[in-house]
Amino acid sequence: MIHQPSPFALVVFLAFVALTLGLSFYFGARAKSAQGYFAAGGQIHWFVNGVAFAGDYLSAASFLGICGMIAFFGYDGFLYSIGFLAGWVVALFVVAEPLKRLGKFTFADALDSRFQSRGIKLSAAVSTLAVSLFYLIPQMVGAGALIKPLLGFPHWAGVVMVGSVVVLIVVTAGMVSTTYVQFIKGSLLVFFSGVLTVLILNRGLVIDARPESMTPQTMTVGPGGREQVNGLPHGLQPGEADYRPVGHVSRLPDGGSRTGPLGPLDFLTTLQHSDVVQWDKKVEQHSGRTTTTYSPKVTPGSDILRPGNSPLFKGLRGSAMTPKLNFLSLMLALFCGTASLPHILIRYYTVKDQAAARKSTVVGIAAIGCFYVLTLYIGLGAMTSGAIDVTNSNMAAPLLARSFGDLLFAVISAIAFTTVLGTVSGLIVAASGAVVYDLLIGFLRVELPDHAKVRVGKVAATVVGLVAIVLGILFEKMNVTFLVGWAFSVAASANLPSLAMLLFWKNTTKQGITAAIVVGMVSSLAWILASGDTYKDVYGLPPETAVVPFSQPGLVTIPLGFAVLVGVSLMTQRTGTAAAIARAAAEPRQA
Amino acid sequence: MGGFDHNPAQHDEPEDAATSARNARYGMVLFLIYLTVYVGFVALNAFNSAVMLWPAVLGLNLAVAYGFALILAALVLAGVYGWLCRSPKTQSHSPRGPA
Repeated sequence: MIHQPSPFALVVFLAFVALTLGLSFYFGARAKSAQGYFAAGGQIHWFVNGVAFAGDYLSAASFLGICGMIAFFGYDGFLYSIGFLAGWVVALFVVAEPLKRLGKFTFADALDSRFQSRGIKLSAAVSTLAVSLFYLIPQMVGAGALIKPLLGFPHWAGVVMVGSVVVLIVVTAGMVSTTYVQFIKGSLLVFFSGVLTVLILNRGLVIDARPESMTPQTMTVGPGGREQVNGLPHGLQPGEADYRPVGHVSRLPDGGSRTGPLGPLDFLTTLQHSDVVQWDKKVEQHSGRTTTTYSPKVTPGSDILRPGNSPLFKGLRGSAMTPKLNFLSLMLALFCGTASLPHILIRYYTVKDQAAARKSTVVGIAAIGCFYVLTLYIGLGAMTSGAIDVTNSNMAAPLLARSFGDLLFAVISAIAFTTVLGTVSGLIVAASGAVVYDLLIGFLRVELPDHAKVRVGKVAATVVGLVAIVLGILFEKMNVTFLVGWAFSVAASANLPSLAMLLFWKNTTKQGITAAIVVGMVSSLAWILASGDTYKDVYGLPPETAVVPFSQPGLVTIPLGFAVLVGVSLMTQRTGTAAAIARAAAEPRQA
Repeated sequence: MGGFDHNPAQHDEPEDAATSARNARYGMVLFLIYLTVYVGFVALNAFNSAVMLWPAVLGLNLAVAYGFALILAALVLAGVYGWLCRSPKTQSHSPRGPA
């Protein structure tokens, strides 16, 4: 769809960006040391940190991706919401307090707290950088998707804008400004998602009886890359055509044309007994031209509010085992991934003690849980309000907001943009911390004065930002939720086995931790690269020819990480346990 | 509000080994409770997804009701954990705490 930029939306958007940048400069003046730059001096209040958790975690994948997936396929997108929230249970009950107790700046600090091992520092740093980059891609793709309708700029311009603003935020004040940007974004996101939900419920469900609401749309791309829509050149001028936003209810349970305002439960039960028009996509190639036909398909609401309506999860309704294993694998990765994400884990170092770490996680769960409940309403609202762009699933939430007027569209777009800013800045701080503390100081044993740590951190942040911009442009067409699923898989496979076993198994050795991180990271990345989804979406090859049987690696690579850790630890008991290292350190003094 | 360049000195509650072990014990029990409910949800979706159509509660089908219940369970268990691990100072000020 071609989106006309609105001057009003632009003003609201610029005000948001100016506010976040203003905050960065304000806090930048008060955080000069490395302790201040990388961990906000451990002085963030637990409530602020809790909401900042929401701001850090509720990324473009949650707001744009999940809402888009629910808008296109119904309940299947909500499965991601459930998995994403479940991961916080692991973070609160298992990881929060020990991590705060054991570490200071990076996730590797905690892993290495008993060992002083260069191997752990190196492997954890590489894993932090890999996961952060994987997670950065969907955020940047989301940024590009947002800028298109808001400012009328192409995808790449949006990615460059977000990248530049984020690097500016991180370079000015590191974790302090990042925290407050995330706090503001987390509060606004949950609040305005609530506002959007109230408006959806107040509008209720309405039947769209216009004839064009049931007319298919086609996109034809010729040999020269020229795009035609419904047989006309793609554009907004006379003689040109653009895609229509779609999605509506075709039958209500009582046979009426509108329900009027509905309560939260009534909305869902009414939809369950209605018919909804969804849009099927079919791609055909003929004499060098690719034609994509989007056709309306009447679907019972009961079918939309159950699992298995999307191409990703349709195997849940069949009897074949492979799609079910793929689903189990994804849900395992989401469950284990949250507590393994470096940009989430470093938030624990910004509060003063274990009690604050615990309380902030409880606040985070409350904010994030509320938001995920709202995603179901926002997604279904977009599905039934003529707010779906058939060519881009990431645009459902902002287009839904546009159906309520320009003000809400401007605010929601600006919030979505700050959503990207908040998460991306957290990821970049995590990556630059890993470069400074794990790679340079921990692994290479470089002696850095305090101000040099901050300076190197800023250079690292800039480089990571540039890499993220390039990747965000290259991966434009992919659904952001899907990409985040990969980041969770790599994080869970590489980091969780080490973190969990360090806390619960005293025979864990430094060699075991290093091996588990390396094997978990390499195996999950290799699995993803050899999977059917990557074959189809990245290489353009038939997915049936993929090397691995299902696309999500977690079911294999997370247990593999645990197995490697146990196996290697058992083989290296004499030299690698914390007790053995302490004995070896004491020996010269005894002699 | 001061600068952000130094670590704060005071902790709100004791961070001795006994307190940490107690909190870890509570955490593990609550984690296992949630894990059981989550595994049930994932297994039903994977191996018997037709059952998700069943009307469960207040007119909602099992898919939506179970999903909401999982989110609610996370909120409730998080609250319970926060209450169980509260500091001795808070406990002694509560009406039912020791005088």
